[in-house]
Amino acid sequence: MLYRETGQFKTSYRRDQAIFPIAQDRWSIGIIIGIAYLVIPVIANEYWLQAILIPFLIFALAALGLNLLTGYAGQLSLGTGGFMAVGAYAAYKMTTAFPDVPILLVLLLSGVFAAAVGVIFGLPSLRIKGLYLAVATLAAQFFLIWLFNRVAWFYNYNPSGTITAPPRTFLGIMITGPEATATVRYLVALSFLIFFALVAKNLVRSEIGRTWMAIRDMDVAAEIIGIRPLTTKLSAFATSSFYCGVAGALLLFLYLGSVETLAFDITVSFEVLFMVIIGGMGSIMGSIIGAAFITFMPIFLTNAPHLIGVDIPVDLAKELEAIIFGGLIIVFLIVEPHGLARLWQIGKEKLRRWPFPY
Amino acid sequence: MRRLTSVISVILAVIALIAFAATPVLAQNEQFIPLLVYRTGPYAPNGIPTANGYVDYLRLLNARDGGLNDVKLAWEECETKYNTKIGVECYEKLKGNASLVNPYSTGITYQLIPKAPVDQVPIHSMGYGRTAAADGRIFKWAFNFPTTYWSQASAFVKYVGEQEGGMENLKGKKLALIYHNSPYGKEPIPTLTILAEKFGYDLKLLAVDHPGQEQKATWLQVRRYRPDWLFMWGWGVMNQVAIKEAAGIKFPMDHFIGVWWSGSESDVVPAGASAKGYKAGNFHGVGAGFPVHKDIVKHVYKGDEAAAKANNFGEVLYNRGIMNAVYDTEAIRTAMAKYGKKQMSGEQVRWGLENLDLTESRLNELGLEKFAQPIKVTCEDHEGNGPVFIQQWDGEKWGKISDWISPMRDVVRPQIEKAAAAFAQENNITPRDCASEN
Repeated sequence: MLYRETGQFKTSYRRDQAIFPIAQDRWSIGIIIGIAYLVIPVIANEYWLQAILIPFLIFALAALGLNLLTGYAGQLSLGTGGFMAVGAYAAYKMTTAFPDVPILLVLLLSGVFAAAVGVIFGLPSLRIKGLYLAVATLAAQFFLIWLFNRVAWFYNYNPSGTITAPPRTFLGIMITGPEATATVRYLVALSFLIFFALVAKNLVRSEIGRTWMAIRDMDVAAEIIGIRPLTTKLSAFATSSFYCGVAGALLLFLYLGSVETLAFDITVSFEVLFMVIIGGMGSIMGSIIGAAFITFMPIFLTNAPHLIGVDIPVDLAKELEAIIFGGLIIVFLIVEPHGLARLWQIGKEKLRRWPFPY
Repeated sequence: MRRLTSVISVILAVIALIAFAATPVLAQNEQFIPLLVYRTGPYAPNGIPTANGYVDYLRLLNARDGGLNDVKLAWEECETKYNTKIGVECYEKLKGNASLVNPYSTGITYQLIPKAPVDQVPIHSMGYGRTAAADGRIFKWAFNFPTTYWSQASAFVKYVGEQEGGMENLKGKKLALIYHNSPYGKEPIPTLTILAEKFGYDLKLLAVDHPGQEQKATWLQVRRYRPDWLFMWGWGVMNQVAIKEAAGIKFPMDHFIGVWWSGSESDVVPAGASAKGYKAGNFHGVGAGFPVHKDIVKHVYKGDEAAAKANNFGEVLYNRGIMNAVYDTEAIRTAMAKYGKKQMSGEQVRWGLENLDLTESRLNELGLEKFAQPIKVTCEDHEGNGPVFIQQWDGEKWGKISDWISPMRDVVRPQIEKAAAAFAQENNITPRDCASEN
């Protein structure tokens, strides 16, 4: 009743190709973005912004990056944590070496470094596929972490090997460092996510995205119709690593403030991969929903006993959290193997027929 | 199945709403101390006794004295799994009203140091964390008394020198450091390197990656290198494995010294009799024979010693928890002496930490006779005086075997100031002028 496109006529190709062809979708996305920009900074306290929403936005960006590679181009990667580390360390080295370069430019450039590294580690994808490729990217993960732990130049010879995001301003507003307010950091992370989600959406609708999907669905057939595997696969690796690199730099500059290599270890790669799988492979929306699920759920489960007034020891709560969280992942994958994004789509279809389903 | 999916989506939506509506609620008129603990994960064997000791001392104060000057102590635990990200989430959740925070992880301490001045929550990283924080002119909100990793490394070298019959005999000796490959484990390296130049010993660094269950390659290197003395900066499961491996290659245990985080019961017991002779640093009493322990059994456990034992009563790390709680509560008391006997803010507790002066007579009053050394914290020096001693495992219990060893302040302090100055420059901090304060 509410959600029906009857009467919305597309009179031009431009309108037919819009990202959200249905007016209600356009509206709801607009409202969600409006709430994210205007309402949340006002009502959310620092705990919510700093400990929950900022990591969610950053991991959504990383999941988006991995989804481009794994979901759209079909190349399974376990090197996400490593590529994020490249972004973080590149941004740190750049901003400490050239303090006057605008910080937003530094954050973007850090993605370029990650993209370059991603291309190098993407080279094996031309020969190996599937799980074997996952193992090859796993090597990237371990090598990069080892490199940043071993070579003192990367952390400016600091005795502890930790890198700290220095305070930086943009247009007079403190964006990084301890003085930057959680609200500003949240808004920066949000803008990065929205901008890059829009870019990703348009990428996958354009020629390059279609070549990625062709390679994913059947690489031999794609090659026969004239798609070059070399440029296609490597461009997927480059784009994906760019996203992950920016996410890594944001993780350092907006969320944690100072990191050691442990912040980018193999569990991060797995976590991002789970976000993609649970959210939905080959879906921009799915990456964001998946990131929300993986970041919010454990925090909620830890605090849930407290909220309903049951006082259980923290260690027991943490173990329960792991059990329930693991169980939920299995339940979701059984109920909907195509991820939460598919559930979202089913929900929308139901809504179209509501209140007269057939 | 379809119904199931819709039910799940509704449940999720409700959950999200509840979660958003509920934020941590804190009581008023109580001195609130957030506790970042880790009772699960690879470091739990160490995290549990430390947390129990800390909480038991707070419970003792509440039960015996009615809190601090009639202000009740309140605390809330948050499980960090020793994971930096979860630790930061915990800190953000509990920082409202917090008197001070003990991060219990060097990684988390690094995260919190820049936040402390903004949130006005002082950090007490007792003997861990960022060593440079000992320079109070730059790290106004961070404290690491009673001693630091750098001081301890120099004390170890001094001890080895004594055992060898003089510092000049260190020349040509081979020392190896097995360390946890993290900011924590890397802490002693600069000090040991500088001292290697000064005393002419040869230093070999052997990193063990998190969590440290796999050390075969490291110990192969130890066998090849044949060090005269072996130091270890380990934590959690890494300690047990290292001690077992050392026993496995028949390394002389009395030449193997662990940092104070590598010298608790849970580290040596799994290695069994072969751990006998292993040494470790420490800065507080061992055993359960101190008056404070009697009070804990009496007031907290109502005389039930078995229940106390089940909570790691009297273990090395349990005592460390007590030590930590003593320092923190005494700092709050110091603040109350200046600002009045009411709930103290973070800013006031910071003043208390900075002006903490635990004299011998005060320690005796607290039932801590010979448990700890007197300590005085100042604006310049957030480390205190920093002596440590060496304890040894005799197969059944830890025993103190050396006198208190003063660190080589002349070597360590300039390094601390150098590192602090570098931090200040990187973060645009102007050092405080301590002479003009107080």
